[in-house]
Amino acid sequence: MTYLPKPKFHHPAIETNKLGLTHRDYEGSVSTLCAGCGHDSISSAIMHACFELSLPPHRIAKLSGIGCSSKTPTYFLGPAHGFNSVHGRMPSVLTGANLANREMIYLGVSGDGDSASIGFGQFAHSIRRAVNMVYLVANNGVYGLTKGQFSATADKGARAKKGAVNTDAPIDLVTMALQLGASFVARSFSGDKGQLVPLIKAAIEHRGPAFIDVISPCVAFNNHEGSTKSFDFVREHNEAINTLDFIKERAPITADYPPGSTQVVRLHDGSSIRLRKIGADYDVHDRIAAMSYLMTREASGEIVTGLIYMDDDPEDLHRHLDTVSTPLNRLGDAELVPGQAALDKINSGLR
Amino acid sequence: MSIHSVNDFVVRFANINGSGSASANQMFARAIIRMGVPVATRNIFPSNIQGLPTWFEVRVSGAGWLGARGGADLVVAMNPQTWDKDVASIDPGGYLFYDCSRPIPADRFRDDITIIGVPLTEICNREYTDSRQRQLFKNIICIGALAAILDMEIEVIETLLSEQFRGKDKLIDANRKALHIGRNWALANLPCPIGLQIHRADGVGDRIYVEGNSAAALGAVYGGATVCAWYPLTPSTSLAEAFISYCRKLRIEPQTGHKRYAIVQTEDELASIGIVVGAGWNGSRAFTATSGPGISLMQEFLGLAYFAEIPAVLFNVQRGGPSTGMPTRTQQSDVLACAYASHGDTKHVLVFPRDPGEAFEFGALAFDLADRLQTPVFVMLDLDIGMNHSLTAPFRIEPGKRLDRGKVMTYDDLESGRDFGRYLDVDGDGIPYRTYPGVHPGRGSYFTRGTTRDAYARYTEEGGPYVENMERLLRKFLTARTLAPGPLIQMAARPTKLGIVHYGSTAPAMDEAATQLARQGVDVDVLRVRAFPFSDEVVDFINAHDRVFVVEQNRDAQLRTLLMVEHGLDPRKLVPVLHYDGAPITARFITRAIADLVGVDQTAGKEKAPA
Repeated sequence: MTYLPKPKFHHPAIETNKLGLTHRDYEGSVSTLCAGCGHDSISSAIMHACFELSLPPHRIAKLSGIGCSSKTPTYFLGPAHGFNSVHGRMPSVLTGANLANREMIYLGVSGDGDSASIGFGQFAHSIRRAVNMVYLVANNGVYGLTKGQFSATADKGARAKKGAVNTDAPIDLVTMALQLGASFVARSFSGDKGQLVPLIKAAIEHRGPAFIDVISPCVAFNNHEGSTKSFDFVREHNEAINTLDFIKERAPITADYPPGSTQVVRLHDGSSIRLRKIGADYDVHDRIAAMSYLMTREASGEIVTGLIYMDDDPEDLHRHLDTVSTPLNRLGDAELVPGQAALDKINSGLR
Repeated sequence: MSIHSVNDFVVRFANINGSGSASANQMFARAIIRMGVPVATRNIFPSNIQGLPTWFEVRVSGAGWLGARGGADLVVAMNPQTWDKDVASIDPGGYLFYDCSRPIPADRFRDDITIIGVPLTEICNREYTDSRQRQLFKNIICIGALAAILDMEIEVIETLLSEQFRGKDKLIDANRKALHIGRNWALANLPCPIGLQIHRADGVGDRIYVEGNSAAALGAVYGGATVCAWYPLTPSTSLAEAFISYCRKLRIEPQTGHKRYAIVQTEDELASIGIVVGAGWNGSRAFTATSGPGISLMQEFLGLAYFAEIPAVLFNVQRGGPSTGMPTRTQQSDVLACAYASHGDTKHVLVFPRDPGEAFEFGALAFDLADRLQTPVFVMLDLDIGMNHSLTAPFRIEPGKRLDRGKVMTYDDLESGRDFGRYLDVDGDGIPYRTYPGVHPGRGSYFTRGTTRDAYARYTEEGGPYVENMERLLRKFLTARTLAPGPLIQMAARPTKLGIVHYGSTAPAMDEAATQLARQGVDVDVLRVRAFPFSDEVVDFINAHDRVFVVEQNRDAQLRTLLMVEHGLDPRKLVPVLHYDGAPITARFITRAIADLVGVDQTAGKEKAPA
């Protein structure tokens, strides 16, 4: 890993946000992912979203599991506390962190292996438990760190580098999240920053379980033929993700959004964002319609991107548990230790 | 010849699970305690829900011995299914108390015991019409009859009834009536009292009678725990449930009624420990309650918590293993699985409470240790401690004692420019400083990970910093020896080269066995280990003796292994004494095993040879 010392000074005209911070204040260390990796685009989108929302970086906790996706929290929001936990278990660690301090923003970054395979259970239960978080899956349908095995989101019929054909049915995390009660569900594409940044912003502002599935090609569009970086590792990924083709097919649709077809979505901080409508009659507040729409589109070989569902009155684990407004990690002896008098009373009841 | 004994006998109730007998049986035990006579009670219950046998054992011990004794002097046989076994379990000269409403063939009794028949069902059917009432009051009628034959003070039971049903006068009257129906029938029809009698004494003092899991949960409240994540698993379930119930009483914000705690019943033990680790990382005191199978599932996270240095408390209420093993039986068989949990080089801090009193004390202390040492701490309970009520000293906290949050750098520390290296050994004790996430806008943040890093938490795979870090973790473990509870030593009356090492729930039986051995002329010094890593006193004790019996409730002599591995102690001098059939260890067993090993002719002693 390289640590490039960054100059502390900057051009006086450089863009700053409400906190007076620059984009650089939201950066992390230099990515060690493959050049052109879709995941780096996601990191970049996260940085942009946090910058634009003027969030103090140190009030964000970024948590991940294991895998290419889970390495990314090192590459954004340097001043934030990060936790690279164990494979597939980010959701439980995030839940615990959230219970300890309800005032911070929790950003969980996971991958398709991390969330759809080894951590499928934790993904499901953190969503149904309504943890207030942004749960972002960088979804490439493949295991990158171990060089190209199928993940559980790989499409049936997809072909790996070594020729293996995936015969298992794919798991669609978006459908799952809808079913499990996520109150904010979106899908985007790492190459579509214009769509991804506002989605991340909206997800952060949402006070409940917000799930974003980001289709993120494993090694990017600019992995041109003849590149000196075309080692086996790179090539395996490139071919393993047949979704890459799939994405390309979707791209025209994205471009074909009818102009003016927009939807205004109100956020919890009182602001609102404008989202381009996915379909003309699409209503982001109708969970059942959303599921039906996803299924219909899937049957015709299309992947739906955008804000798929949002509940304006989301659930939250802290509300369910009825916890105090003070973060639990700030409670002191006086609030926590009931004292000898209470013990004496208990003692007398035990004789 | 019938057994005659005052304040020293064992009553075993053979019940049908789910028949409502449990609370009546507890009342019987409490009544004896209220008469100032110590009792030790144990539930023996197979792993099932309803309709199958359970036993409740009340050892009445004026001398105050609280370990299991073995055998039974009086069996209250209420379960036809286990009749033959129950009748056979009575010591010669003992007593059989049964419901004689229906005739039982003569060949299913014994002629060397006293038979006491009470037509409980017949009385109930006569007195009550409702079938639920018949069942519930049958248990109370039974207690009334037992009170008569054992010469118990009926007023004591009446007081207990009015306390239990305080505010429900109708219930008090109905129960009192049932109690007297049973008592009056026995007084009129049976020779009362029998040879076994309870006489008022002054042997209980201010002690309380409480379940270990409940005491440990209260310890967690007093230890400042705010997050509990758990998955139901016998025999640990009642610990989490007790925490829920204590928190409801003790941890409500008065102004708002909101909760100063968060409890999550998770989807599995992996999520439980994950939540505990996440909360510990973020500065809350968090714990899980589990048993062996849960510990197995948590292994990967335990390695992470050890290596990333995150405080976590685990209450392990041990049961019979391996695998599903004996879910409702007791063992101390997770010692090694906890001490070295997870892959790679790991060592964990364990504390071994002996009874509910120490379960409370260590339950609270574990959170200070975890924060101070920034590592997982295991409170090693077992089913015998956890799921049984026992007499124990009243709960007390040290006046003026504050929670020890360990080395945490605050906003002001960071603002003042103090150097912060998450894994930097500033004080030479191996314990670095940590920060709570989000504390300062520009300083104190770091990346927590299970991969290697340098003292400033920067990722590196260099061998030097890795080894340095692993060595520092060892230094930290040495520091733990000075912080964890030290051993307690009880020296024999005369100097001896024989020693005993034991721990946890073996203690009550060991107390009694030491006295029995002394009576047989076996002088032996006894050390009770209360924590791992072992302090110097443990090693010194073993070095000072020629032969040391290590008494444990597992097959593989796990604590002995730990002593040998960690301190290079001579295996030939550490003699294992092992009891692991799932029943709690008894003084009879320990005494016989050690007397055999040292070659004492036990018939020469005053003690009756163990049955």
